[in-house]
Amino acid sequence: MAPAAKKEPRAPAKELAPGISAQGRSKTYKRRGLWAIKKKNGGKFPVHEKQAKPAEAEGKAPRFYPADDVKKPLKRRHVQKPTKLRSSITPGTVLILLAGRFKGKRVVFLGQLPSGLLLVTGPFKVNGVPLKRVNQAYVIATSTKVDTKALNISKFDDAFFKAAEEPKKKKGEEEFFKAETEEKKELSKEYIERQKEVDTVLLKALSPELKGYLGARFTLKAHDRPHLMKF
Amino acid sequence: MPFSRYVEIGRVALINYGEEYGKLVVISDVVDQNRALVDRPDEVRRIINFKRLVLTDFKIDIPRLAKKKVLTAALEESEVFSKFENSTWGKKLAKRSLKATQTDFERYQAAVARRKKSAAVKKVFNKLKSTSE
Repeated sequence: MAPAAKKEPRAPAKELAPGISAQGRSKTYKRRGLWAIKKKNGGKFPVHEKQAKPAEAEGKAPRFYPADDVKKPLKRRHVQKPTKLRSSITPGTVLILLAGRFKGKRVVFLGQLPSGLLLVTGPFKVNGVPLKRVNQAYVIATSTKVDTKALNISKFDDAFFKAAEEPKKKKGEEEFFKAETEEKKELSKEYIERQKEVDTVLLKALSPELKGYLGARFTLKAHDRPHLMKF
Repeated sequence: MPFSRYVEIGRVALINYGEEYGKLVVISDVVDQNRALVDRPDEVRRIINFKRLVLTDFKIDIPRLAKKKVLTAALEESEVFSKFENSTWGKKLAKRSLKATQTDFERYQAAVARRKKSAAVKKVFNKLKSTSE
Protein backbone atom coordinates (compact mmCIF):
# COMPACT_ATOMS: atom_id res chain seq x y z
CA MET A 1 0.00 0.00 0.00
CA ALA A 2 1.21 3.45 -0.86
CA PRO A 3 1.90 5.57 2.19
CA ALA A 4 -0.22 8.52 1.04
CA ALA A 5 -3.11 6.37 -0.06
CA LYS A 6 -6.38 8.17 0.23
CA LYS A 7 -9.00 6.55 2.34
CA GLU A 8 -11.53 4.95 0.15
CA PRO A 9 -14.88 6.58 0.60
CA ARG A 10 -16.81 3.36 0.48
CA ALA A 11 -16.35 -0.20 1.58
CA PRO A 12 -12.99 -1.72 0.63
CA ALA A 13 -12.69 -4.14 -2.22
CA LYS A 14 -13.33 -7.74 -1.59
CA GLU A 15 -10.79 -10.12 -2.87
CA LEU A 16 -11.58 -13.52 -4.14
CA ALA A 17 -7.96 -14.51 -3.90
CA PRO A 18 -4.89 -12.37 -3.32
CA GLY A 19 -4.72 -10.00 -6.25
CA ILE A 20 -8.06 -10.88 -7.72
CA SER A 21 -10.87 -8.50 -6.75
CA ALA A 22 -14.40 -9.75 -6.58
CA GLN A 23 -15.82 -6.88 -8.55
CA GLY A 24 -15.02 -5.69 -12.01
CA ARG A 25 -14.00 -2.27 -13.16
CA SER A 26 -17.47 -0.90 -13.52
CA LYS A 27 -18.67 -2.04 -10.11
CA THR A 28 -15.53 -0.78 -8.50
CA TYR A 29 -16.05 2.60 -10.08
CA LYS A 30 -19.50 2.74 -8.63
CA ARG A 31 -18.53 1.40 -5.24
CA ARG A 32 -15.66 3.78 -4.74
CA GLY A 33 -17.86 6.69 -5.62
CA LEU A 34 -15.53 7.88 -8.33
CA TRP A 35 -18.54 8.97 -10.31
CA ALA A 36 -19.10 11.71 -7.75
CA ILE A 37 -15.73 13.29 -8.42
CA LYS A 38 -16.78 16.08 -10.72
CA LYS A 39 -15.64 19.55 -11.54
CA LYS A 40 -18.55 21.11 -9.76
CA ASN A 41 -17.37 19.43 -6.59
CA GLY A 42 -13.92 20.86 -7.12
CA GLY A 43 -12.58 17.63 -8.58
CA LYS A 44 -12.77 15.98 -5.20
CA PHE A 45 -15.02 13.57 -3.49
CA PRO A 46 -17.82 15.59 -1.89
CA VAL A 47 -17.59 15.56 1.86
CA HIS A 48 -20.33 16.52 4.20
CA GLU A 49 -19.23 17.89 7.48
CA LYS A 50 -20.44 16.08 10.47
CA GLN A 51 -23.16 17.84 12.29
CA ALA A 52 -21.98 19.22 15.56
CA LYS A 53 -23.55 17.48 18.50
CA PRO A 54 -25.59 19.73 20.76
CA ALA A 55 -23.44 20.73 23.66
CA GLU A 56 -24.10 18.71 26.77
CA ALA A 57 -25.76 20.54 29.55
CA GLU A 58 -23.16 21.73 31.97
CA GLY A 59 -23.79 20.82 35.49
CA LYS A 60 -21.80 20.42 38.60
CA ALA A 61 -20.44 16.96 38.91
CA PRO A 62 -21.72 15.33 42.06
CA ARG A 63 -19.20 15.44 44.83
CA PHE A 64 -20.02 11.99 46.09
CA TYR A 65 -21.03 8.84 44.52
CA PRO A 66 -24.38 7.69 45.78
CA ALA A 67 -23.93 5.29 48.65
CA ASP A 68 -26.70 2.97 47.64
CA ASP A 69 -27.46 1.49 44.33
CA VAL A 70 -29.95 3.63 42.54
CA LYS A 71 -32.26 1.49 40.59
CA LYS A 72 -32.66 2.44 37.02
CA PRO A 73 -36.05 1.82 35.62
CA LEU A 74 -36.13 -0.85 32.99
CA LYS A 75 -36.37 0.30 29.46
CA ARG A 76 -39.77 -0.26 28.01
CA ARG A 77 -39.52 -1.42 24.50
CA HIS A 78 -43.24 -2.07 24.32
CA VAL A 79 -44.96 0.26 21.92
CA GLN A 80 -48.65 0.75 22.36
CA LYS A 81 -50.20 0.31 18.99
CA PRO A 82 -53.44 2.04 18.15
CA THR A 83 -56.47 -0.20 18.33
CA LYS A 84 -57.36 -1.70 15.02
CA LEU A 85 -60.89 -0.86 14.09
CA ARG A 86 -63.03 -3.64 12.70
CA SER A 87 -63.40 -3.09 8.99
CA SER A 88 -67.18 -3.19 9.29
CA ILE A 89 -67.15 -0.16 11.59
CA THR A 90 -66.86 3.12 9.70
CA PRO A 91 -68.14 6.56 10.67
CA GLY A 92 -71.92 6.49 10.39
CA THR A 93 -72.31 2.76 10.98
CA VAL A 94 -75.26 1.78 13.13
CA LEU A 95 -74.01 -0.35 16.01
CA ILE A 96 -75.88 -2.54 18.43
CA LEU A 97 -74.63 -2.17 21.99
CA LEU A 98 -74.26 -5.48 23.79
CA ALA A 99 -73.39 -4.55 27.34
CA GLY A 100 -74.17 -2.00 29.99
CA ARG A 101 -77.37 -0.18 30.74
CA PHE A 102 -77.88 0.58 27.06
CA LYS A 103 -77.58 -3.00 25.89
CA GLY A 104 -79.69 -3.75 22.86
CA LYS A 105 -79.82 -0.12 21.83
CA ARG A 106 -78.93 0.80 18.32
CA VAL A 107 -76.56 3.72 18.11
CA VAL A 108 -74.61 5.68 15.51
CA PHE A 109 -70.84 5.38 15.42
CA LEU A 110 -69.22 8.82 15.09
CA GLY A 111 -65.51 8.07 15.19
CA GLN A 112 -62.65 6.44 17.01
CA LEU A 113 -60.98 8.24 19.89
CA PRO A 114 -57.21 8.23 20.44
CA SER A 115 -57.62 5.58 23.14
CA GLY A 116 -59.16 3.24 20.58
CA LEU A 117 -62.66 3.42 22.04
CA LEU A 118 -65.60 4.15 19.82
CA LEU A 119 -67.46 7.42 20.12
CA VAL A 120 -71.16 6.76 19.76
CA THR A 121 -74.47 8.44 20.37
CA GLY A 122 -78.09 7.38 20.06
CA PRO A 123 -78.69 10.21 19.07
CA PHE A 124 -79.88 11.16 22.54
CA LYS A 125 -83.02 12.73 21.15
CA VAL A 126 -84.02 9.52 19.42
CA ASN A 127 -83.30 6.75 21.90
CA GLY A 128 -81.75 8.32 24.96
CA VAL A 129 -78.20 7.10 24.43
CA PRO A 130 -75.89 10.05 25.13
CA LEU A 131 -72.48 10.69 23.69
CA LYS A 132 -70.44 7.86 25.11
CA ARG A 133 -67.44 5.69 24.58
CA VAL A 134 -67.65 1.97 24.00
CA ASN A 135 -65.20 -0.80 23.32
CA GLN A 136 -65.64 -2.34 19.91
CA ALA A 137 -65.72 -5.79 21.48
CA TYR A 138 -69.11 -4.94 22.95
CA VAL A 139 -70.89 -3.96 19.78
CA ILE A 140 -72.32 -5.62 16.71
CA ALA A 141 -71.73 -3.63 13.55
CA THR A 142 -74.70 -3.54 11.21
CA SER A 143 -74.59 -2.85 7.50
CA THR A 144 -76.80 0.21 7.93
CA LYS A 145 -75.05 3.54 7.54
CA VAL A 146 -76.00 7.06 8.47
CA ASP A 147 -74.45 10.02 6.69
CA THR A 148 -72.23 11.74 9.26
CA LYS A 149 -70.11 13.79 6.92
CA ALA A 150 -71.53 17.03 8.29
CA LEU A 151 -70.34 16.09 11.75
CA ASN A 152 -67.07 17.34 13.20
CA ILE A 153 -65.80 15.17 16.01
CA SER A 154 -62.31 16.59 16.26
CA LYS A 155 -63.41 18.36 19.43
CA PHE A 156 -63.89 15.09 21.24
CA ASP A 157 -61.15 13.34 23.12
CA ASP A 158 -60.99 10.92 25.98
CA ALA A 159 -60.52 13.65 28.56
CA PHE A 160 -63.94 15.01 27.66
CA PHE A 161 -65.55 11.88 29.08
CA LYS A 162 -63.55 11.71 32.26
CA ALA A 163 -65.76 12.35 35.25
CA ALA A 164 -64.82 15.26 37.47
CA GLU A 165 -63.38 14.17 40.77
CA GLU A 166 -65.80 14.25 43.63
CA PRO A 167 -64.72 16.29 46.65
CA LYS A 168 -64.35 14.11 49.71
CA LYS A 169 -67.06 14.52 52.28
CA LYS A 170 -66.35 15.07 55.92
CA LYS A 171 -67.09 12.20 58.16
CA GLY A 172 -68.19 13.59 61.43
CA GLU A 173 -70.89 12.93 64.01
CA GLU A 174 -73.18 15.44 62.52
CA GLU A 175 -72.92 14.02 59.06
CA PHE A 176 -73.36 10.55 60.40
CA PHE A 177 -76.71 11.24 61.96
CA LYS A 178 -78.00 13.45 59.24
CA ALA A 179 -80.01 11.56 56.72
CA GLU A 180 -77.92 11.20 53.68
CA THR A 181 -79.28 13.48 51.04
CA GLU A 182 -77.76 12.64 47.79
CA GLU A 183 -77.05 15.60 45.71
CA LYS A 184 -78.15 15.21 42.19
CA LYS A 185 -75.24 15.11 39.86
CA GLU A 186 -75.54 17.71 37.22
CA LEU A 187 -74.08 17.28 33.81
CA SER A 188 -71.71 19.93 32.66
CA LYS A 189 -73.19 22.54 30.43
CA GLU A 190 -70.54 21.85 27.85
CA TYR A 191 -71.58 18.22 27.67
CA ILE A 192 -75.23 19.07 27.17
CA GLU A 193 -74.40 21.64 24.58
CA ARG A 194 -72.25 19.28 22.58
CA GLN A 195 -74.92 16.62 22.73
CA LYS A 196 -77.37 19.09 21.30
CA GLU A 197 -74.97 20.08 18.55
CA VAL A 198 -74.38 16.49 17.53
CA ASP A 199 -78.07 15.67 17.72
CA THR A 200 -79.14 18.54 15.48
CA VAL A 201 -76.65 17.52 12.81
CA LEU A 202 -77.49 13.83 13.05
CA LEU A 203 -81.25 14.30 13.09
CA LYS A 204 -81.06 16.00 9.74
CA ALA A 205 -79.43 12.91 8.27
CA LEU A 206 -82.04 10.53 9.68
CA SER A 207 -85.15 9.54 7.80
CA PRO A 208 -88.29 8.88 9.87
CA GLU A 209 -87.79 5.19 9.27
CA LEU A 210 -84.20 5.27 10.48
CA LYS A 211 -85.33 7.15 13.56
CA GLY A 212 -87.77 4.38 14.30
CA TYR A 213 -85.03 1.84 13.73
CA LEU A 214 -82.62 3.56 16.11
CA GLY A 215 -85.40 3.95 18.64
CA ALA A 216 -86.12 0.22 18.70
CA ARG A 217 -84.14 -2.15 20.84
CA PHE A 218 -82.49 -5.22 19.40
CA THR A 219 -83.71 -8.43 20.98
CA LEU A 220 -83.45 -12.11 20.33
CA LYS A 221 -86.50 -14.30 20.43
CA ALA A 222 -86.95 -18.03 20.53
CA HIS A 223 -85.55 -19.74 17.43
CA ASP A 224 -83.44 -16.73 16.50
CA ARG A 225 -79.96 -17.84 15.60
CA PRO A 226 -77.62 -14.88 15.99
CA HIS A 227 -74.61 -16.70 14.56
CA LEU A 228 -76.49 -17.16 11.29
CA MET A 229 -78.00 -13.70 11.19
CA LYS A 230 -76.78 -11.03 8.86
CA PHE A 231 -76.50 -7.61 10.36
CA MET B 1 -101.12 -44.01 -2.70
CA PRO B 2 -98.75 -44.84 -5.51
CA PHE B 3 -95.62 -42.87 -6.12
CA SER B 4 -95.85 -39.96 -8.51
CA ARG B 5 -92.19 -38.98 -8.70
CA TYR B 6 -89.67 -41.48 -9.94
CA VAL B 7 -85.93 -41.53 -10.34
CA GLU B 8 -85.64 -41.46 -14.10
CA ILE B 9 -83.65 -39.81 -16.85
CA GLY B 10 -84.70 -36.19 -17.13
CA ARG B 11 -86.20 -35.93 -13.63
CA VAL B 12 -85.57 -32.51 -12.12
CA ALA B 13 -84.30 -32.75 -8.56
CA LEU B 14 -83.31 -30.41 -5.80
CA ILE B 15 -80.05 -30.62 -3.87
CA ASN B 16 -80.84 -30.61 -0.18
CA TYR B 17 -77.39 -30.66 1.29
CA GLY B 18 -74.46 -28.37 1.94
CA GLU B 19 -73.35 -25.33 0.03
CA GLU B 20 -75.57 -25.95 -2.95
CA TYR B 21 -78.75 -26.30 -0.92
CA GLY B 22 -81.74 -25.47 -3.09
CA LYS B 23 -80.02 -25.89 -6.44
CA LEU B 24 -81.95 -27.59 -9.22
CA VAL B 25 -80.33 -30.39 -11.23
CA VAL B 26 -81.47 -32.85 -13.87
CA ILE B 27 -80.82 -36.55 -13.59
CA SER B 28 -78.73 -37.51 -16.56
CA ASP B 29 -78.10 -41.12 -15.68
CA VAL B 30 -78.44 -43.52 -12.78
CA VAL B 31 -75.10 -44.94 -11.69
CA ASP B 32 -76.34 -47.46 -9.13
CA GLN B 33 -78.98 -47.69 -6.48
CA ASN B 34 -77.30 -44.99 -4.43
CA ARG B 35 -76.00 -42.50 -6.94
CA ALA B 36 -77.08 -40.54 -9.97
CA LEU B 37 -75.27 -38.55 -12.60
CA VAL B 38 -76.75 -35.08 -12.49
CA ASP B 39 -76.39 -32.18 -14.87
CA ARG B 40 -77.05 -28.48 -15.02
CA PRO B 41 -76.56 -26.03 -17.89
CA ASP B 42 -73.89 -24.00 -16.07
CA GLU B 43 -72.06 -26.89 -14.45
CA VAL B 44 -70.00 -29.96 -15.22
CA ARG B 45 -71.92 -33.21 -14.98
CA ARG B 46 -71.17 -35.04 -11.72
CA ILE B 47 -72.25 -37.90 -9.55
CA ILE B 48 -74.36 -37.26 -6.48
CA ASN B 49 -75.89 -39.50 -3.83
CA PHE B 50 -79.66 -39.90 -3.82
CA LYS B 51 -79.66 -39.02 -0.15
CA ARG B 52 -78.69 -35.50 -1.18
CA LEU B 53 -81.44 -35.17 -3.76
CA VAL B 54 -85.15 -34.49 -3.51
CA LEU B 55 -87.25 -35.25 -6.54
CA THR B 56 -89.61 -32.63 -7.88
CA ASP B 57 -92.76 -32.98 -9.95
CA PHE B 58 -90.96 -31.85 -13.08
CA LYS B 59 -89.43 -34.01 -15.75
CA ILE B 60 -87.92 -33.06 -19.06
CA ASP B 61 -87.67 -35.19 -22.12
CA ILE B 62 -83.98 -35.93 -22.73
CA PRO B 63 -82.10 -39.04 -23.75
CA ARG B 64 -79.77 -40.82 -21.37
CA LEU B 65 -76.43 -38.99 -20.97
CA ALA B 66 -77.74 -36.06 -22.96
CA LYS B 67 -75.24 -33.57 -24.30
CA LYS B 68 -75.16 -30.10 -22.72
CA LYS B 69 -76.69 -28.60 -25.83
CA VAL B 70 -79.62 -31.01 -25.77
CA LEU B 71 -80.13 -30.49 -22.07
CA THR B 72 -80.08 -26.71 -22.32
CA ALA B 73 -82.49 -26.75 -25.24
CA ALA B 74 -84.88 -29.08 -23.43
CA LEU B 75 -84.77 -26.96 -20.29
CA GLU B 76 -85.34 -23.77 -22.22
CA GLU B 77 -88.25 -25.21 -24.11
CA SER B 78 -90.01 -26.65 -21.08
CA GLU B 79 -89.10 -23.70 -18.80
CA VAL B 80 -88.94 -26.12 -15.94
CA PHE B 81 -86.64 -24.05 -13.74
CA SER B 82 -88.86 -20.99 -13.87
CA LYS B 83 -91.92 -23.18 -13.37
CA PHE B 84 -90.35 -24.54 -10.21
CA GLU B 85 -89.56 -21.06 -8.96
CA ASN B 86 -93.19 -20.10 -9.37
CA SER B 87 -94.48 -23.20 -7.63
CA THR B 88 -95.38 -23.13 -3.95
CA TRP B 89 -92.28 -25.09 -3.11
CA GLY B 90 -90.01 -22.76 -5.06
CA LYS B 91 -91.59 -19.69 -3.53
CA LYS B 92 -91.13 -21.13 -0.09
CA LEU B 93 -87.44 -21.73 -0.72
CA ALA B 94 -86.99 -18.23 -2.12
CA LYS B 95 -88.72 -16.72 0.89
CA ARG B 96 -86.56 -18.72 3.23
CA SER B 97 -83.33 -17.63 1.61
CA LEU B 98 -84.51 -14.05 1.51
CA LYS B 99 -85.20 -14.16 5.21
CA ALA B 100 -81.77 -15.62 5.89
CA THR B 101 -80.04 -12.78 4.07
CA GLN B 102 -82.05 -10.01 5.69
CA THR B 103 -80.01 -7.33 7.38
CA ASP B 104 -80.87 -5.97 10.80
CA PHE B 105 -82.55 -2.91 9.33
CA GLU B 106 -84.64 -5.02 6.95
CA ARG B 107 -85.74 -7.19 9.85
CA TYR B 108 -86.91 -4.05 11.60
CA GLN B 109 -88.80 -2.91 8.50
CA ALA B 110 -90.47 -6.31 8.23
CA ALA B 111 -91.49 -6.20 11.89
CA VAL B 112 -93.04 -2.75 11.43
CA ALA B 113 -94.92 -3.92 8.33
CA ARG B 114 -96.19 -6.97 10.21
CA ARG B 115 -97.42 -4.79 13.05
CA LYS B 116 -99.18 -2.44 10.67
CA LYS B 117 -100.82 -5.29 8.83
CA SER B 118 -102.13 -7.00 11.92
CA ALA B 119 -103.44 -3.69 13.27
CA ALA B 120 -105.34 -3.10 10.04
CA VAL B 121 -106.76 -6.62 10.10
CA LYS B 122 -107.78 -6.27 13.72
CA LYS B 123 -109.51 -3.01 13.02
CA VAL B 124 -111.66 -4.45 10.26
CA PHE B 125 -112.32 -7.59 12.24
CA ASN B 126 -113.55 -5.69 15.28
CA LYS B 127 -115.73 -3.55 13.10
CA LEU B 128 -117.37 -6.59 11.58
CA LYS B 129 -117.72 -8.14 15.00
CA SER B 130 -119.51 -5.14 16.46
CA THR B 131 -121.89 -4.78 13.52
CA SER B 132 -122.85 -8.45 13.53
CA GLU B 133 -123.90 -8.45 17.14
